[in-house]
Amino acid sequence: MDWRLIFDTALTQGFGPQAIVVALAAIGLNVQFGYAGLLNFGQVAFLAVGAYSIAMGVDTFGLNFWLCVFLALLSAVVLALLLGFPTLRLRTDYLAIVTIAAGEIIRLVLRAGSYRGTTGGAAGIQNFADDFFEINPFPRGSNGIGFVDYSSSDLWVMTVGWGLVAASCLMIFLLIRSPWGRVVKAIREDEDAVRSLGKNVYLYKMQALILGGVIGAVGGMIFAIDRQSIVPDSLGTQRTFFAYTALILGGSGRVGGPVVGAIVFTFLTAFTDTTLRELVENNILDKIPLLPSDLLVANEVGIAVQILVGLGLMALMIFRPQGIFGDKREVAISARR
Amino acid sequence: MPVADTWMEPVERTPGCSKPDPILVADGVRRTFGGLTAVDVGHVEVQRGSITALIGPNGAGKTTFFNLLTGFDEPDEGTWTFDGASVAGIPAHKVARRGMVRTFQLTKSLARLSVLENMKLGATAQRGEGFFAALARPLWSAQEKDVTERADELLVRFKLDHMRGEFAGELSGGQRKLLEMARALMVQPQMVMLDEPMAGVNPALTQSLLEHVKALRDDGMTVLFVEHDMDVVHDISDWVVVMAEGKIIAEGTADDISTNSLVIDAYLGSHHDAPLTEAEVQAQLAEAEAAIAIEEGRADDV
Repeated sequence: MDWRLIFDTALTQGFGPQAIVVALAAIGLNVQFGYAGLLNFGQVAFLAVGAYSIAMGVDTFGLNFWLCVFLALLSAVVLALLLGFPTLRLRTDYLAIVTIAAGEIIRLVLRAGSYRGTTGGAAGIQNFADDFFEINPFPRGSNGIGFVDYSSSDLWVMTVGWGLVAASCLMIFLLIRSPWGRVVKAIREDEDAVRSLGKNVYLYKMQALILGGVIGAVGGMIFAIDRQSIVPDSLGTQRTFFAYTALILGGSGRVGGPVVGAIVFTFLTAFTDTTLRELVENNILDKIPLLPSDLLVANEVGIAVQILVGLGLMALMIFRPQGIFGDKREVAISARR
Repeated sequence: MPVADTWMEPVERTPGCSKPDPILVADGVRRTFGGLTAVDVGHVEVQRGSITALIGPNGAGKTTFFNLLTGFDEPDEGTWTFDGASVAGIPAHKVARRGMVRTFQLTKSLARLSVLENMKLGATAQRGEGFFAALARPLWSAQEKDVTERADELLVRFKLDHMRGEFAGELSGGQRKLLEMARALMVQPQMVMLDEPMAGVNPALTQSLLEHVKALRDDGMTVLFVEHDMDVVHDISDWVVVMAEGKIIAEGTADDISTNSLVIDAYLGSHHDAPLTEAEVQAQLAEAEAAIAIEEGRADDV
């Protein structure tokens, strides 16, 4: 067992670009679900819009990279308007249905063979973020922070990514402590009461949906830029639910909740994955008496990780339903209603 | 006491009668749910500065009528004006901004907001409620201070100041009713519509709630409230409007209403005191015998 490798990998992943993507998606969900009570089950649609606006903008249409960043944000606003317009006047369940469908529709359209010329089809699009890495100030090669190593491009993505995470959190902190935040939280509790006090509930729900969607799209951009590659099948529904997991793990309705949740979730997943791989490679499981010899083989590790992380999360929900940062009293109140 | 005491005397005691200074006037308001006509109000006026009770048996359409007037439901047809201007077909939040604020039968306290936050939410025209203005505290901090002061004054008046920082979800049922009423006052309405303000309230609190409702009138507000309890209605209302099966069947002071045979019939059924005919007696006997026979049949099976 190489414990150093296990911790290295887990820490590298836990603070790496993939954690940033989960964090941004979860911060967006925190605005929508944690504060405004909107059930957006299609956050991955916003990630897709962010990722593909850059990929298609640069590769297919030959636009300037930075213009594409702007277009990605604009597209997220348009998508939020499209999803919210028919559903936000209705009960929150309708938004859930429409968003989960929208996520799948977008993925299936992107991978459709007939649009291969524009979207790249199932193979996706590669090498579209050169402009981003051109201004990378970090020297080439591997850069160590403590005992964790990152490549210079990873470091650049992380600097920008964590900067964006911090900026989003600051913005949400400012919004939530304001009267705007009060209205949005009140809508989560009971929108008819808010309406009876003279607030345009529809407008606030739309603003929350747009803000959360735009932050999700920023996550999608980081996702695509980090790998300089985007394929539609990496944008499955589970990505939305990983973000929900991070949000609830960290504490829904807390500014820092989704960030800590994303780090812990990514760390634990990587930790479990590497540990299991080490166990299998070194045949350690075989040496334990009473365990069947074919309990776990290398190609089943991925599934086993999901099972174990899932069990861990269930335990968390039982013993600490408010998440890491949540307020136990708040959860108790919502359970009582 | 203000004029409120005497305006009723010359008013006719008929459904849809006109008042000297109505703040709310509704005409031909109909709402159907499939084949059921829930509300069918020909004409009704609510006197400014009065406490008007809307009573009627269960299913009379009182809450539906409330929902229509406040924009929470849309009628099939009908018009109504508030303070001289039409508010028919206007969304609920705009009705509230015009000065007609309602509460709900099932209290809607915002459980995971503090009592103070609940109150502050009620203030209208807050600059910090705009998305971009919210980001810059200096734009709204002064107004926020005023709103907080006003909220604190009302909390003292409603004896909720000791709960200021608690979650509203931790209040008792009666305290939630008080909070909802106090929060409605933050809107600074001209008219308050209370949907069953006494429902589910500990009797010890009822008196204090009644005093608060009277205080609203003394502050110059108009109150329209739905209520079941005739004692409560008697105690505080200047005028009573009775609904049954969607229609307004009687109007008058509480004393007029309690002797009105139409109202008694509506509550107790039109033949509640008529003797049974021979045929009805026979039918009831036959029913009872059949029931007994079934019971015995089951007993035999065992």
